[in-house]
Amino acid sequence: MSDGSFFQRDRDWQPAALTPQYKTSLKRSPTHALLSMDSSISERTGPTFNQNMLGELDNDLVLNYAKDGELPVGERIIVQGRVLDENARPVPGVLLEFWQANAGGRYRHKKDGYLAPLDPNFGGCGRTISAADGSYAFRSIKPGPYPWPNGVNDWRPSHIHFSLFGSGFAQRLITQMYFEGDPLIWKCPIVSMIPNKGGIEQLIARIDMNATMPMDAIAYRFDIVLRGRRSTMFENRLEGN
Amino acid sequence: MKPLDYLKESPSQTAGPYVHIGCTPNFCGIEGVFAEDLGSTMLNGQTKGERITVRGRVFDGTGTALKDAMVEIWQADAEGLYPSPQEKRGQADENFTGFGRCPVEQETGEFVFETIKPGTVPFNDGRPQASHITFWIVARGINIGLHTRLYFPDEDNSADPVLGRIELKKRVETLIAEKTGDAEYTFNVRLQGHNETVFFDI
Ligand SMILES: [Fe+3]
Repeated sequence: MSDGSFFQRDRDWQPAALTPQYKTSLKRSPTHALLSMDSSISERTGPTFNQNMLGELDNDLVLNYAKDGELPVGERIIVQGRVLDENARPVPGVLLEFWQANAGGRYRHKKDGYLAPLDPNFGGCGRTISAADGSYAFRSIKPGPYPWPNGVNDWRPSHIHFSLFGSGFAQRLITQMYFEGDPLIWKCPIVSMIPNKGGIEQLIARIDMNATMPMDAIAYRFDIVLRGRRSTMFENRLEGN
Repeated sequence: MKPLDYLKESPSQTAGPYVHIGCTPNFCGIEGVFAEDLGSTMLNGQTKGERITVRGRVFDGTGTALKDAMVEIWQADAEGLYPSPQEKRGQADENFTGFGRCPVEQETGEFVFETIKPGTVPFNDGRPQASHITFWIVARGINIGLHTRLYFPDEDNSADPVLGRIELKKRVETLIAEKTGDAEYTFNVRLQGHNETVFFDI
């Protein structure tokens, strides 16, 4: 595994800090230029997590909050994909954490006052760790879209929030996954802060019929890319690239 | 060298107001899914080093403390070693995680970490960096996580290679915590304003 420094983050591919269409960013965006610096050992290292911290149902949002043999309401889905880095290499050992609204678009959170009801059998959180080939998978319920106070009539497309730890703290990333074909994607102020259409498309999971379980759950494929590391001359010789 | 097909890093999206559900579910009342919230304990009884409390708030451009932020820290152990496989200089203290995660308190906006004072670690050119803690801050309205660092007011920070990169010397102060107790430091982060914290593109 490489321990080199990271490629500089492409800030033209990432959302800016200040995005006026997302009003909360106005007073929460730094105004000074960021101080750019090659990562030191403090950012090339990062916490590691291993499989034995995971419970059996951590990656199963269908069952991990269900009570008394009941099941949550909504479309059953499987989300799977790979975590790669910018060198297109799989990243193993990544802790992925996810959270989402229920099928009606309501979060189990005291700050969410949307009219859609809570589902007593759905908590909305899960986690897993990527395998040696960078792959991960979890089972859930397709989240509903929901309105939010920004403009008078802004709606979030169906989405799942993701948090990821790479092998270095500089790779830390929080993002969101959207669903292929959702018309709300192209009307969402939070999506539209991503400056390139290709960047938006990176966050849209595609239906994967081959992974779909007949009569059970529709599968979506969602690959995630973390920052890549420079390799040293020494590693190049070792790996023959 | 074989040419590589580079990929682009997935775009960041805001953590939003409900980050707790996924990252600290017990904190927001979702119990019974994960035994404990990740990063809530960094130490145990055997951890080596000087125990300290680090507390603070994250302020927006109006001077109001954020009530929905999540703060993460990453730091070396008392000997200056990181508990990470990328650490090649030695074995870090097995009784120290190096990683803390804290959702800010919902009334006051305060984060609190019980940790130890980190040792010094080298910069890329071998010069020592002054003792520091790496911070990562996310919240609703923050589109991409903010990296910054805490330095200690009772350490010699004058030769630190990272602080030395800050052109406006007055801004160095934004990275130096205040000593507010015997073994307690307060580190307030300001997203905007005349004393806006220095954030890193690292
Ligand atoms: Fe959301």
